[in-house]
Amino acid sequence: MKSHITIYAGVDKNGNKENYTKIILKLGEVVSIVGHTGSGKTLLISDIEQLSQKDSVSQRLITIDDKLPDFEERFDPEKKRIAMITQNTKCVSDLVVEEFLKIHALSRNIFEKELVEKVISLANKFTGESITGEAKVTELSGGQTRSLLFADAILIGASPIILVDEIENAGINKSEILKYVKNENKLVIFASHDPAIVLATEKRIIMKNGAIEKIIEHTDADRAVLESVLEADRVIKYVQEMLRDGLELGGGM
Amino acid sequence: MKLLLVGGPPSTGKTTVVQRIIEKRKEKYKIAYLKMDVVTAHEEALICDTYGIEAKTVYAGDLCPDHAEVMILTDALKWAEGICADLLIVESAGLCLRCSPYLNQGVGVVVLSMLAGLHSVDKMKQLICFADVAVLTMNDLVCQAEREVYIRKLKTGFEHLKVLETNALQGIAVEYLCSMVDESKELDINTLELKGNPPLGTCSICMGSKKVGWKNHYGVVRQIDSNVSDYMYRGD
Ligand SMILES: Nc1ncnc2c1ncn2[C@@H]1O[C@H](COP(=O)(O)OP(=O)(O)OP(=O)(O)O)[C@@H](O)[C@H]1O
Ligand SMILES: Nc1nc2c(ncn2[C@@H]2O[C@H](COP(=O)(O)OP(=O)(O)O)[C@@H](O)[C@H]2O)c(=O)[nH]1
Ligand SMILES: [Mg+2]
Ligand SMILES: [Mg+2]
Ligand SMILES: [Zn+2]
Repeated sequence: MKSHITIYAGVDKNGNKENYTKIILKLGEVVSIVGHTGSGKTLLISDIEQLSQKDSVSQRLITIDDKLPDFEERFDPEKKRIAMITQNTKCVSDLVVEEFLKIHALSRNIFEKELVEKVISLANKFTGESITGEAKVTELSGGQTRSLLFADAILIGASPIILVDEIENAGINKSEILKYVKNENKLVIFASHDPAIVLATEKRIIMKNGAIEKIIEHTDADRAVLESVLEADRVIKYVQEMLRDGLELGGGM
Repeated sequence: MKLLLVGGPPSTGKTTVVQRIIEKRKEKYKIAYLKMDVVTAHEEALICDTYGIEAKTVYAGDLCPDHAEVMILTDALKWAEGICADLLIVESAGLCLRCSPYLNQGVGVVVLSMLAGLHSVDKMKQLICFADVAVLTMNDLVCQAEREVYIRKLKTGFEHLKVLETNALQGIAVEYLCSMVDESKELDINTLELKGNPPLGTCSICMGSKKVGWKNHYGVVRQIDSNVSDYMYRGD
């Protein structure tokens, strides 16, 4: 993968052709997918992950750099370069964080000494409860796990495409993630119900009834709204912290 | 007739992978399905009822299923030929992890669950090393980093091995496996042989004979339709 993927139209849940010919997504872009529950966000993400060749229910076709992917590019994990992070993916090996990251880096022939530290400190920018190198990966909370995996995908993972399905429930610090992601030459796609993520991405894909309904480019108006959403988010986070710390809210609030 | 041999530890997704293969190829082949298990197996009814294809179960009792498979395979091939099948799928619930059911013909698949964690690869060397292709399931449940390491381990440990990962419930990657079956040669029963040397045990396979079929063996051997009670000792 050098520059972009292209999605060619499939069908919606009723079998009607989707209303576009093709959609191009480039490296360096941060894109979101929005739509009601059941509208097909996860299926679109999984189409991209599988590089579907009209062989999923949506019948979409996806090309890499204008070429049809061959079997190996689709299914040989060493040739396929797409990382996916969802609510379901877990760490299952009995390893501490440091070892886990070291083994992953070694498997990719990366021997940079400070890398493990870098990943942990990036992960800690995303999550409220900080992660230590000595913690067991199997004992991390959902939010910690996803923060660690996301930082790992950015810094150690080989994949130029990172797909993220509903990361927000994990109590992750979104504005941090987006700030960092934008500096990378990766294509990052978020399926999300979270207005802060949706408004912060450059492009949003709107899903309806299993089909891609339309694509909206980021505007200045979005940016203004994003500011108030982030402000509201900060208030929520502040109250959340107070509640978590066991403070009693006296009087007015 | 073509042969697809599916092995691997229990509950790794063997039957699920087989189901996806049947769905993709039941128009192209007349498929027969044979399950080797120890004491109970639900697969025969499942496969038979869901897809309406011929299915059969053989219980290995206190033999290792992979051992039992070697004994009954020629009979099984005759059974499949008798019902005019042109693809026989054998699912073996390999349990002892000392032996390997793979043959010098057909396609040998080992199904591994990535939920078993990174160390599991080392424990199953014996089983993995004679398979043609490893199918790694549960990729929907295991994080990317561990999957990358798991696969690197397999690829460095077993150079000839093709590796593919899949969510066997969807099974899109299974098409790759199907195309390997399509490309595989027709079986020649006379030259059929185990790839690996079986471990120590109680019969002539244990002593290193690689011949397939109970007629070629003595000791604790088994026929396809025998009861658990009459398996004890036979031989010419
Ligand atoms: N184009 C389509 N054709 C047929 N079925 C579809 C199509 N798109 C989605 N579906 C099916 O609809 C169901 C819901 O889709 P999906 O899980 O992708 O929704 P979602 O937008 O991710 O929902 P949520 O917000 O709850 O996560 C799934 O079973 C999916 O396979
Ligand atoms: N999430 C998930 N579940 C799977 C996958 N493969 C198999 N399963 C489930 O794992 C269980 C065991 O699978 P089965 O095929 O019976 O394993 P077998 O004993 O090896 O034949 C079943 O409940 C399957 O539905 C997979 O890739 N992902
Ligand atoms: Mg979803
Ligand atoms: Mg089974
Ligand atoms: Zn055995």
